[in-house]
Amino acid sequence: MPGGYAGKWLDVDLSKEKIADINFPYETLEQYFGGRGMATKILWDRVGKRWSKLDALSPENPLIFATGPMTGIYPGARICVSGKSPVSNGVVGSTAATELAVELRGAGYDGVIFTGKAKTPVYLQVTDYGAELKDASHLWGLDGEKTLIRLNKEVRAHLAKKKPGLGLWKEPGSMYIGPAGENMVKHAAVMAKICHAAGYGGYGALMGSKNLKAVAAKSRGALPKVDAPEAVKLLWRKAHRDCMTNTTFRRWGTGHLGYSVGAETSSEPVRNWQDEWHDEKSMGVPRYMDRYWVKVKWSDFNCTTGCMKVSCIKAGRWKGDITDVPDYELQAYCGTNLGIFDPGDNIHISTLMDKLGHSGINCPNTMGYAAELFQRGILTEKDMGFKLEWGDTEAFDRLAHMMAHREGIGDVLAEGTYRAALKIAEMKGLKPEALLKYAMHVKGIEVGAHGTRSDKDYTHDMCYAASVQGGDHTSTAVDGYTDMSGALFFDCAVYCTFTSRGPSQQLQFDFAKAVTGFPLTIERWRRVNGPRIITLQKALLLMGGPDVTWEPLKDDENPSRFYDPLPSGPYKGKTTDRERVDIRTQAYFDTLGWDERGVPKKETLVRLGLADLEPVMAKYRI
Amino acid sequence: MVKQVWIARDHSACSGCRRCKLACSMHHEGWMWPEASRVRVFMPFPGLEVAHLCVQCQDYPCVNACPVQALSTDSYGAVAVDREKCTSCGACIRACPGTVPFLHPGDNKATICDLCGGEPKCVEVCTEAGYNALTIVNEGPSVHRKLYSRDPVEVARDLAIKFFGEKGEEVIE
Repeated sequence: MPGGYAGKWLDVDLSKEKIADINFPYETLEQYFGGRGMATKILWDRVGKRWSKLDALSPENPLIFATGPMTGIYPGARICVSGKSPVSNGVVGSTAATELAVELRGAGYDGVIFTGKAKTPVYLQVTDYGAELKDASHLWGLDGEKTLIRLNKEVRAHLAKKKPGLGLWKEPGSMYIGPAGENMVKHAAVMAKICHAAGYGGYGALMGSKNLKAVAAKSRGALPKVDAPEAVKLLWRKAHRDCMTNTTFRRWGTGHLGYSVGAETSSEPVRNWQDEWHDEKSMGVPRYMDRYWVKVKWSDFNCTTGCMKVSCIKAGRWKGDITDVPDYELQAYCGTNLGIFDPGDNIHISTLMDKLGHSGINCPNTMGYAAELFQRGILTEKDMGFKLEWGDTEAFDRLAHMMAHREGIGDVLAEGTYRAALKIAEMKGLKPEALLKYAMHVKGIEVGAHGTRSDKDYTHDMCYAASVQGGDHTSTAVDGYTDMSGALFFDCAVYCTFTSRGPSQQLQFDFAKAVTGFPLTIERWRRVNGPRIITLQKALLLMGGPDVTWEPLKDDENPSRFYDPLPSGPYKGKTTDRERVDIRTQAYFDTLGWDERGVPKKETLVRLGLADLEPVMAKYRI
Repeated sequence: MVKQVWIARDHSACSGCRRCKLACSMHHEGWMWPEASRVRVFMPFPGLEVAHLCVQCQDYPCVNACPVQALSTDSYGAVAVDREKCTSCGACIRACPGTVPFLHPGDNKATICDLCGGEPKCVEVCTEAGYNALTIVNEGPSVHRKLYSRDPVEVARDLAIKFFGEKGEEVIE
């Protein structure tokens, strides 16, 4: 067993109520590492050629919770949630910060694979005394906050009763779904710690389809042994010192961006991306900090970057709302994108996303889409049951509930922006293109809150268009080389994006090597490990299905609005450069050994040890 | 005479990073072992993180409760555990007003903060990160240490009101 691995995985068949321990050979771990890599490999092994026919919300679709060898050891512990995505029909490695990752590893597990469907709602409880499925019918229907409060009490009480006398039992680490996941809202999130979400991919819906309300773990074991412990301890101190140089994150998190991404880089969604510029000083971070932040230095396990801050509304109509910052993405999506420019209203919509278990990026993207259709008279008061005007926080509050419970128009919008557009076109007897032109998604995944038109943000031309994770802003396509050792690497090692900032990439790879003992290098990840995982993800995305498939190249495309000129601000008139998108997409494909339509070439598959994909991929080549 | 040290705690300043647990366990156990750490961070609700560790009560009820004299105090004022003598009976845990001691997940013996010989590793990393939830103080005669030995969930209930106002009454069951 290489260092950094607890060694076992839990294989849970919810239909048969059977739980087994499994493990993976050294070679698989060396090649796929953990997290997103392992999840993609497991999915291909378990689903394989049936992929296109497998409904993502059917019991056979595996739901995977995967840690990586660096999880909990390197700063910034996270877990990766994956499966066949109900949104893209490909694979998304969706990560969130939660102590669940550390508790699972302490109990001897690197991950959990769920298949099947429970007859009635259940949750999985993992302790040092084994894993068991527990009745969750009393939790079903509860919002995220109440679910977490109950779980903390229940698991603690269970352990205190089972093993009294050891001292006080701490609360478990857990992830759970809210009503949105239970009702299989396509882009629902898997939640943790009231406000942390594995949002992209729609794995909350997959969890709901399995009648699985939560996963909770409490262990007393050590983190897994590593290959070179003394080196790891030194690197740990160094990595933290580097994290602490991130004074901007430590002070404001990404909360300072709600104003500046709009006002300065002009790349923030405003009213469903009809604009990307605003100069609303009400969105300034001091307004959040002075009135709402009750804890400015808030961290997850083993993190000193501490980009999160605890927000609480203590007076006024939204009294009692608790969430984090909101971070930039939710300032934008639960704020400016809905025409909301008041920090309290912004915190309220963010809190609502958390409680309902919506993804705070994807759900308000769809709500913004609906509001634009209302603005254009395509959706009417009769369709909605009420007026959906920009900036009307109560209306968006109502719509978020309707989506979570699939009531009225909420049932249509719960399909996510892309599928909702197609349904509304059908309802209205309009051509799909007439409605898709306002749909801000790539491969069905609603785009993150960083536009490409001004070209002043970190997101450029084809970064969403060519990405195997579509609109996901946390793992964008760069050049098919440097990105292989970036987000993809730490989604596999499973630690945080923001603890990867500060420490040098060399330090992170030295750390990885000292943990695992694998002969890994940055270059090898860029040339072999990374491309192997991305190519497998690409193949599964191409296979897609059964309700939606993406056409090679044609669908490797930005939302059409990204080619409309910016209507105002310092970059007025600028658009995403069409020619540059095409050139860089081809360069990206070429670097990864994919053909000009983005289908992996035979020699690439052979070189990466993925020759078993060749018979399937051959069908996608012209 | 060796100078006594005391770890003051400011729970509202705790970030919840748990580096104290990692530093403590690396020092005492040689590796990252959060639940073998002599300081444990409870989080009954997110945002309410409470570092739970020995306060060195002036009257040492744990030491007095030990039926086999496995517990004693050292020159820093810390409680020392003789792991050979300890019978894992749990009397010290029950005697502690804050239920701070616990039986070690490895050898099942009573486990209590030893102040790292006067230079606590938990304080070192907390200070380094600028949180100062745990700091070394030269206590004056008015500090009654024992007041700080409390059930961490009860501490969190207080913090909940401080941070969340009325809503704080609902966040811990």
